[in-house]
Amino acid sequence: MITLDGLTKRYGEKVAVNDLTFAVRPGVVTGFLGPNGAGKSTTMRMILGLDNPSGGAVRIEGKHYSQLKDPLRRVGALLDAKAMHGGRSAFNHLLCLAQSNGIPRARVSEVLDTVGLTAVAKKKAKGFSLGMGQRLGIAGALLGDPEILMFDEPVNGLDPEGIHWIRNLMKSLAAEGRTVFVSSHLMSEMALTADHLVVIGQGRLLADTSMSDFIRQNSRSYVRLRSPQRERLLDVLHEAGVGAVEARDGALEVDGTPPERLGELAASRQVVLHELSPQQASLEEAFMRLTAESVEYHAHSDRPGGAVPAGEPPAWGEGWQRRKGA
Amino acid sequence: MTTPPTPQQQPQAQQAPQQPQQFPPQAFAPAGAPAVAPPPPPAPAAPAPPSAWQQAMNNAYSSPIPVRKTHLGNALASEWTKIKSVRSTVWTLGIFLALVIGIGLLAAANTTSSDYNDVPFTIPAFFGLMLGQICLITLGVLVTSSEYGTGMIRTTFTASPQRHRVLLAKILVFFAVAFVVSAGSILLVGLATSAMNSGPEAGDVPWAGTVLKGGLYVSLLGVLALAVGSMLRHSAGAITAMLGVVLVPAILPAFLLIWESTRTLAEKMSDYNAINSLAMIFGADGVDSAGGTSQLVVLIVVTALAVGGAFALLEKRDV
Repeated sequence: MITLDGLTKRYGEKVAVNDLTFAVRPGVVTGFLGPNGAGKSTTMRMILGLDNPSGGAVRIEGKHYSQLKDPLRRVGALLDAKAMHGGRSAFNHLLCLAQSNGIPRARVSEVLDTVGLTAVAKKKAKGFSLGMGQRLGIAGALLGDPEILMFDEPVNGLDPEGIHWIRNLMKSLAAEGRTVFVSSHLMSEMALTADHLVVIGQGRLLADTSMSDFIRQNSRSYVRLRSPQRERLLDVLHEAGVGAVEARDGALEVDGTPPERLGELAASRQVVLHELSPQQASLEEAFMRLTAESVEYHAHSDRPGGAVPAGEPPAWGEGWQRRKGA
Repeated sequence: MTTPPTPQQQPQAQQAPQQPQQFPPQAFAPAGAPAVAPPPPPAPAAPAPPSAWQQAMNNAYSSPIPVRKTHLGNALASEWTKIKSVRSTVWTLGIFLALVIGIGLLAAANTTSSDYNDVPFTIPAFFGLMLGQICLITLGVLVTSSEYGTGMIRTTFTASPQRHRVLLAKILVFFAVAFVVSAGSILLVGLATSAMNSGPEAGDVPWAGTVLKGGLYVSLLGVLALAVGSMLRHSAGAITAMLGVVLVPAILPAFLLIWESTRTLAEKMSDYNAINSLAMIFGADGVDSAGGTSQLVVLIVVTALAVGGAFALLEKRDV
C-alpha cells in the first residue's frame, strides 16, 4: 500500500506535482496515466525518497521510504532502464544491489533467469538494447521479491513479445497479492493491464477510479448503420424517435439505442441493412479528452487534440494546407 | 479487462496456501519464459482462477526471503563489488602502479649507495607519486560522480535510502584500496632500492614512516576527490577542480611572490601544495626535515571539511 497525501513538488515557480492524494492498493495493477510532463516520474521519485517533496507526504505501509530498513525487500522499482553503470556486467550490477540489502547471491541468478538474461549475465550493460536494459531493470526490481513494485513506462523500447511478457508479469505479480504501480502515457496499454486507474495532468489528480468504471463513463458507445435505403432508414428512425447522426462516409451513427432494437426496427419496416455494428469510441480518445486542458507540450495543429473524432484522423498535412490557404 | 474488485467478495480465508514457499522461479515463471509467443492461457501461477487476486487483496503478499535489517557491512560489500567490477579501477590503479614502481625502479637503478646518505630509500617512489596521485584523484572522483553520470545513483539510493551510509561505505572502501595500493607500491620501491643500493655509504635514514605517510597523503587526496565528485556530481568538472587543487598552489606562488603584500600567501602555498608536501614527506628537503607532518595535517583538515560538505549536501538534494 502506497499512500500519497497532498504530495506537492515545486521547481521554482513551476509546480510539477500539485497536491496529489490517492492510495495504491495491493492485489491489483494500478495504472498511473498522464501525458508527457504530467509529473508521473517526479511522483515516483518522491515515493522512493529520491526527490524531496515541497509539501505533503508519501508513505509506504505507513512509513517514509528512508525509514525502510530493508528497502529492496519492500519496494522494487524500475525508474529508468539506463539507470546503471554501463561498464558493469548485468550480474555484477544486480550483485551489488543484492549485497546492499543482504540478499543472497543465488537470488541474482534467479532473477536473471526470470527476465531471460542468463545468457548475457557476464556482458556489460552498455552493450544492451533498450529492451534488454528494461529487462535488467525489472530484474533489479524483482531482486528482493518485494510486495510493492513500481514500473515507470516499462513497455518503452520493448518488442511486442517483450510487451506481452511484461503485461503478464505485472498481472501475475498483482495476482500474488502485491501492489503493482505502473506509469504510462498510453491509455490503450493501461486498458490491457491495469485494474485501477490514476490519471494526472500537469501534476493534478484528474481521475482515481477503477478501470471498468473509467471505461463505462468515458467510452462513448454507439451503433453504426449502413443501408442502401438511407433516406427511408432515416425516416424510420425518426418515426421511432431515435436520433441518428450522419457519419462522413454516409453511414449513420445512433447513440443510446441497443443494436437489437435497431435491427428489429429495420426488419419490421423492411429496410435493407448492409451494416449494423456496435462501436466503442477508443479509450485513447477519452483519455485525451480528460487531459486535453492539461497537456503541457502541445504539438501545433489547428485542432485541439481532444476534438479529433475517433477513427477519422485528419489527412496528413491537412492542417498545414489549411493554414497555408488562409 | 477484469471486473472491478467488489469489497463484499467472500474472504476465502481458508483457501489452500498458494503462496510460494521459497521464492521459486515459477513465482514469476509463467511470464518469465521469454519464449511465450502466442497469447498464453491465463497465468498458470494462479491456482484459484475465480478470484486469485481478490483473495490476494485480503492476504497481501509476503516474501519468503527472510527480512533482515541492512547495515554498514552490506553497504561495504556492495561498494567493494562496485569498485572491482568496473574497468576504470583497473586502468587508474594499473597506471598508478606502473608510474610509481616503473619510475621508482628506473630512478633506483641510476643511483648509488652514496645518494642515500641523508634521504630515505623510498625517495625514488616520490617521483612516480607526483604523477601517480592524478590516477588516485581520477579514481576517487569516478567512484562517486560516475554514479551520477550514468544514473546508477538513483538505483543505488533506491536500494539504500540511507544515503550517508552509502557515502561512508564508498569512502572506506576507496580509502582502503588506495592506501593498500599506494603504501604497497612505495614499500616495494623502498625494498628494491635498499637492495640495489646497500653499500656502506648509504645512510641509516628510517623509511617506514615515509611508506605510511606517503600512502596516507595520496589516499587522502583521493578521498578529497571523492568528496568533490559527490558535491559536483560531474566527472569532468570534479577532475578539473581537483587538478586545480593540486596544480594551482604549485604554480601560483611564482606570480604572487612579485608583490610584497601577497608574499606570505605565496610562501604558504609553496609550503603546502600537494607536490611540495609529498617532497617533505619523503625528506627531500634534508635530514632535519619535519617529515611533512604539518602538510599531512592540513590535508586531513581540508579533506574532513570536504567530506563534511559532501555529507551535508547529500541528504538535501534531489537525485
